[in-house]
Amino acid sequence: MFYREAGQFKTGYADDMAVFPIRQDRIGIAVILAIAYVAVPMFGSPFFVSTIMIPMLILTMAAIGLNILTGYAGLISLGTGAFMGVGAYACFKLATAFPDVNVLVWVLASGFFSAAVGVVFGLPSLRIKGLYLAVATLAAQFFLQWCFVRVGWLTNYSSSGSIEAARRSLLGVQITGPGASETARYLCVLTLLVALTWIASNIVRGRIGRKWMMVRDMDIAAELMGVRLLPTKLLAFAVSSYFCGVAGAMLLFFHYGSMESIAFNIELSFQVLFMVIIGGLGSMIGSYLGAGFIAALPVVIKFAPQILGIELPSAVVDQVTVMIIGGLIIFFLIVEPHGFARLWQIGKQKLRVWPFPY
Amino acid sequence: MRVNTLLVGTAMMALVATALPAAAEDSLYIPLLTYRTGAFAGSGIPIADGMHDYFKMLNARDGGIGGVKIVTEECETGYTAQKGVECYEATKAKGALVYNPWSTGITLALIPKATQEKIPVLSMAYGLSAAAMGKSFPWVFNPPLTYWDGLSVAIKYVGDKTGGLDKLKGKTIGFIYLDAPYGKEPIPLLEGLAKDYGFKVAKYPVPADKMQDQSSQWLNVQQDNPDWMIMWGWGAMNPTAVKEAAKVGFPMDKFIGVWWSGSEDDARPAGPGGKGYLTLNFTATGADFPAVQDIVKHVFDKGNSSVKEKSKIGEVNYNKGVYNSVLMAEAIRTAQKITGKKAINAADMRLGLEALEISEARFKEIGLGGFAAPVKVTCEDHSGAHAVYLQQWNGTKWVKASDWITPMKDKVRPLLEKDASDYTTKNAPWPARSEECPKS
Repeated sequence: MFYREAGQFKTGYADDMAVFPIRQDRIGIAVILAIAYVAVPMFGSPFFVSTIMIPMLILTMAAIGLNILTGYAGLISLGTGAFMGVGAYACFKLATAFPDVNVLVWVLASGFFSAAVGVVFGLPSLRIKGLYLAVATLAAQFFLQWCFVRVGWLTNYSSSGSIEAARRSLLGVQITGPGASETARYLCVLTLLVALTWIASNIVRGRIGRKWMMVRDMDIAAELMGVRLLPTKLLAFAVSSYFCGVAGAMLLFFHYGSMESIAFNIELSFQVLFMVIIGGLGSMIGSYLGAGFIAALPVVIKFAPQILGIELPSAVVDQVTVMIIGGLIIFFLIVEPHGFARLWQIGKQKLRVWPFPY
Repeated sequence: MRVNTLLVGTAMMALVATALPAAAEDSLYIPLLTYRTGAFAGSGIPIADGMHDYFKMLNARDGGIGGVKIVTEECETGYTAQKGVECYEATKAKGALVYNPWSTGITLALIPKATQEKIPVLSMAYGLSAAAMGKSFPWVFNPPLTYWDGLSVAIKYVGDKTGGLDKLKGKTIGFIYLDAPYGKEPIPLLEGLAKDYGFKVAKYPVPADKMQDQSSQWLNVQQDNPDWMIMWGWGAMNPTAVKEAAKVGFPMDKFIGVWWSGSEDDARPAGPGGKGYLTLNFTATGADFPAVQDIVKHVFDKGNSSVKEKSKIGEVNYNKGVYNSVLMAEAIRTAQKITGKKAINAADMRLGLEALEISEARFKEIGLGGFAAPVKVTCEDHSGAHAVYLQQWNGTKWVKASDWITPMKDKVRPLLEKDASDYTTKNAPWPARSEECPKS
């Protein structure tokens, strides 16, 4: 009824290739952006913005990064947490070494360090795939985390071993460090995420993304058709790690403000991997939905009884949260093994033909 | 489908976006950041119980503090910094008076935030040692002493047993620690003292995810054969270390744990091998105090305590929880006296903490005579470097093994000053202290 493309004619290749070919989608995305940019900062409580929205958006970025590698290029990685850590530590070093440069520049630049490290650990991907590659990236996870703990230079020889976000501002508004308002931090995170999502979605729809998908679907066939495997796979590692690195830097600078190496442990890697699987492999919208499910829902469930005025012991709430989330993961994987993105797609398809399903 | 999703989504957003209900005007709201789950739950549960029960007892016996009821609320952190920050963000708007992070990692994350938002942090004998410098950290308090003070006491004791600190030359002191901000905190002082007194330091880090498997560390200990061992452990790391030490035959009376490594559950699992194990402590053990008996009477017997067995009341970590609540309660009382207000706010709480003084007489008055050394916090010194004693495990319970020992303040204070200025330059621009010292 509302969602119908009848009467919307495509008159050129550009129209046909557009990200949102249907007008309703374009309106929808505009509404979502308006809500994200205007409604959330205006009407969201500080708790909602700083504890739910900011980490969710940052983890969405990490999920996009892993989705590029796992969903589009078919290379499994368990080192996401460590690659995020590389971004965070690089950004910390850069921001303390060059305090006059705007911190947003360093957040974006820190991704390149992560990309370089990702390429190094992606080297085995030419020879091995699947679970074997997962184990190779697991080595990255452990090795890098070991570095964060042992290499004092990375933390500026801080006695506690933690890294802290310095106070930096943009156009006179403080955006990082203690005292930065949640609105300022939220808008920075949102802008970076929107910009990088746009870039990522264009990469995966273009020549490079096609190559990744060829490699994913059958690498020998891809090679026979002239795709050079090593550069393609390494590029996937580089781009993926770039996104993860930026996400790590954002996590430090716009969310926690102070982090220990343990925060970048394998649990974080798993968390992001679950987001990608639950959200939907090889889909941008899936990264968003998966991050919302895995990152935001536990916080909502944890604080829901409190908000509703129900008194429960905190430990019980914590364990019930874990149980509910675990149950929901199993439920959704049974209902739709291809993730939320597929559910979304089915929903859209149904709406398109409604009320006359074929 | 789309309409439904939208509806559900908006409903969820509305649910979360509505501000959390504010605490009532005439109450003292204290969020308790506790951990009853995870690898550190073994240490976290008794502490949470102790903190709770003392406040519940005050509410039941005296109707709160100065006639105002105390409202506590637990928030589960699991000892992780990220959940700790979540808890802080979720509770601060309800008028939180003070935060007890109960984790050095969470403390480090909260120090800049709380300083900016002007809510005091009470990190009782843990957290950032340099926070003792009240001039730089007006909103952070770590009485009764810092980790560095504690380490200096341990070295002093070792020196005593060796026949003088100058006799330490050429000796080796092993340091086994949780590889997290908490465990690393005392290392700078340890290395400084090693230089001063000429002893060697052997470090054995224990990663947080390998706490229950320390065989490689203790293999190294066996190989290096240090003269003494000092431990900075927490949670499941403690009993494992004591067990392993007993297994490799390390002399237990030369093994000193910090005050967080000295609960009954840390020493008991080692069986007879744990006999002789020493730890620092700043609170008395046992339930033979009028105030603790009041907890039994007003809270436990009425079924309001989360403690299951009566014997748990009075254990080391439970008493630490009680002590933490005593510090807060006395600070609230002091703040009420200074400001003349009944329902104080976070800024008043800061004044109360800064003017906090619990003399021996006062301890007796609140029914805790001999429970701990007298505490005095000043504007310059937010920790006070108060005395601690050593306790020894006799196989079934802890017994006092030394007198109250005062830390080497002359060695620690300059280092604290240096570290505080390091911290403030690293986190520049650190806000200069604008708070006036309270006159009491």
